[in-house]
Amino acid sequence: MNITEKILARASGKTSVSPGDVVFVNVDKVMVHDVSGPGVLAVFEKLRKKGMVIDKVWNPDRVWVAEDHFVPAADKISAQNVVLLTNFTKQFGIKKHFKYGMGQYGICHTLSHEEAMVLPGEVYVGGDSHTNTTGALGAFAAGLGHTDVAYVLLNGKIWFKVPETLYFKLNGKLPDHVMAKDLILKIIGDIGTDGAAYKTMQFGGTGISEMSVESRLTLTNMTTEAGAKSGIVEPDQKLREYLAERGVTKYNEVHGDTDAQYEKIYEYEGSEMEPIVAKPFSPENTVVARDLSSVELDKAYIGSCTGAKLEDLQAAAKILKGKTVKIRTEILPAAMSIFRKAMDIGLLKIFMDAGVVVGPPTCGACCGAHMGVLAKDEICISTTNRNFPGRMGHIESQTYLASPLVAAASAVTGKITDPRDLK
Amino acid sequence: MKGSVIKYERDNIDTDVILPGPYLKIHDYAELATHAMEGLDKDFHKRVKPGDFIVAGKNFGCGSSREHAPIALSYSGIKAVLALSFARIFYRNAVDGAFLLPIEIDESAYKDISDTDSLEVDISTNDIKNLTKNKTYKMKPFPELIGKIIEAGGLFNYKP
Repeated sequence: MNITEKILARASGKTSVSPGDVVFVNVDKVMVHDVSGPGVLAVFEKLRKKGMVIDKVWNPDRVWVAEDHFVPAADKISAQNVVLLTNFTKQFGIKKHFKYGMGQYGICHTLSHEEAMVLPGEVYVGGDSHTNTTGALGAFAAGLGHTDVAYVLLNGKIWFKVPETLYFKLNGKLPDHVMAKDLILKIIGDIGTDGAAYKTMQFGGTGISEMSVESRLTLTNMTTEAGAKSGIVEPDQKLREYLAERGVTKYNEVHGDTDAQYEKIYEYEGSEMEPIVAKPFSPENTVVARDLSSVELDKAYIGSCTGAKLEDLQAAAKILKGKTVKIRTEILPAAMSIFRKAMDIGLLKIFMDAGVVVGPPTCGACCGAHMGVLAKDEICISTTNRNFPGRMGHIESQTYLASPLVAAASAVTGKITDPRDLK
Repeated sequence: MKGSVIKYERDNIDTDVILPGPYLKIHDYAELATHAMEGLDKDFHKRVKPGDFIVAGKNFGCGSSREHAPIALSYSGIKAVLALSFARIFYRNAVDGAFLLPIEIDESAYKDISDTDSLEVDISTNDIKNLTKNKTYKMKPFPELIGKIIEAGGLFNYKP
């Protein structure tokens, strides 16, 4: 069995499972945020009307809550949703609730790794499609809707069809001007937005071994955009060190067997990779960044669970140091812990000297919620994960998806720019 | 189930157009319905009638996990979406929440069914009758567990 099959077999109490098997698995951790939390509460309300008594969750210590989409509260309704979350955690005795304005908080997927909320070998589900992100910690991590999360909260388990696994092998390191974002965009361009539908995307090879945990998280994050159920990387020394830095050393790693089966293996040569951009209106609409050098931009957005981790900010700072932006540019670190580190190592000064507005952690404009959404006809280069029509604002706005290096270089020139071409 | 078809001849109809992001903070089902398909078809809410079917291409419902998407369609009156394929979270949200039926059809049925056609869908026989064109197509049968959850009326009514 491969790592995903072994995790699902363990969690369903079976000695082995195969792709296509439908299993009820015991869940180790579950997350809701300020959109899915109120959604789950609406499901609870519906069930109560049918006579169900709901006065406790299956295990409050395995539930955690993030505030990220519409916070700091964007308007009255968003503020009310945050109040609902607070009441929810109070009522059910859920201790892990990351509240904005009270120390550490941020985008749920970022907290999952910054706070080591999920550990290798675990089954983790969240009320958000990018829950896949956390698979880079060697866990099975998948997104669910409100009804399913409500079911998990009450029963501690949920059904899954054991997915086939597509294995993406990266041979050798990526060049300095190429980031994990470029690789995952390239892969999505190659296989399409349903290229991994219902499947798991596993990443391995020497290039992945050399890659930081944060970069791996960028890969697993956007497996969602290929339709995948989950993305995963096997645990290694780099991950152990990453978790140890966060005070966690005890967990049960799962590794695939030496004869593990994969539906298909794709190989990529690190040295051949180039900066990639996905044009509107689909993440699969990819071209090399240099082909778009005539595209004039209105805005650059460096944010989200995909593109505002510490190394994403460091990449942007490398480009922006001593430069001035030519278009509106926003940088929103994905969690307070990252915001603080960025301050401590001087990145915020670089951003502000360049003229960038630095904002609080939030999903913000990535999902068109608030904090810099796009006007009609505005064109944005963004380190986020989706560029469907209207995703970041007006239905006639346009988003180009790119790495933080490309987004920062483009912010400096006002046109889509390969970082190698920045003078 | 009988109803008429609203056809969108395109693939990858994503949840951002089925129910745009700014409305994610809304959890009133009837209000969500007024914004259904707003990102793709501004006239959808004027046109849709209780019992209607949406017919679309592959990977319907891709993108975010928002259950708002099947909820908005369901409370608009849509009983089933007939598509070449579905994105996974939309599919399980539709079934587990008992909002609507995600029915997979093949390429020939997809091409043959036209906007405004009247259909009669019978999931016990997997037959889709096109009453306008006097033809019958086969839907892809639901996998065993999915069929049981649908029969039970959603995941909470299903006893494993």
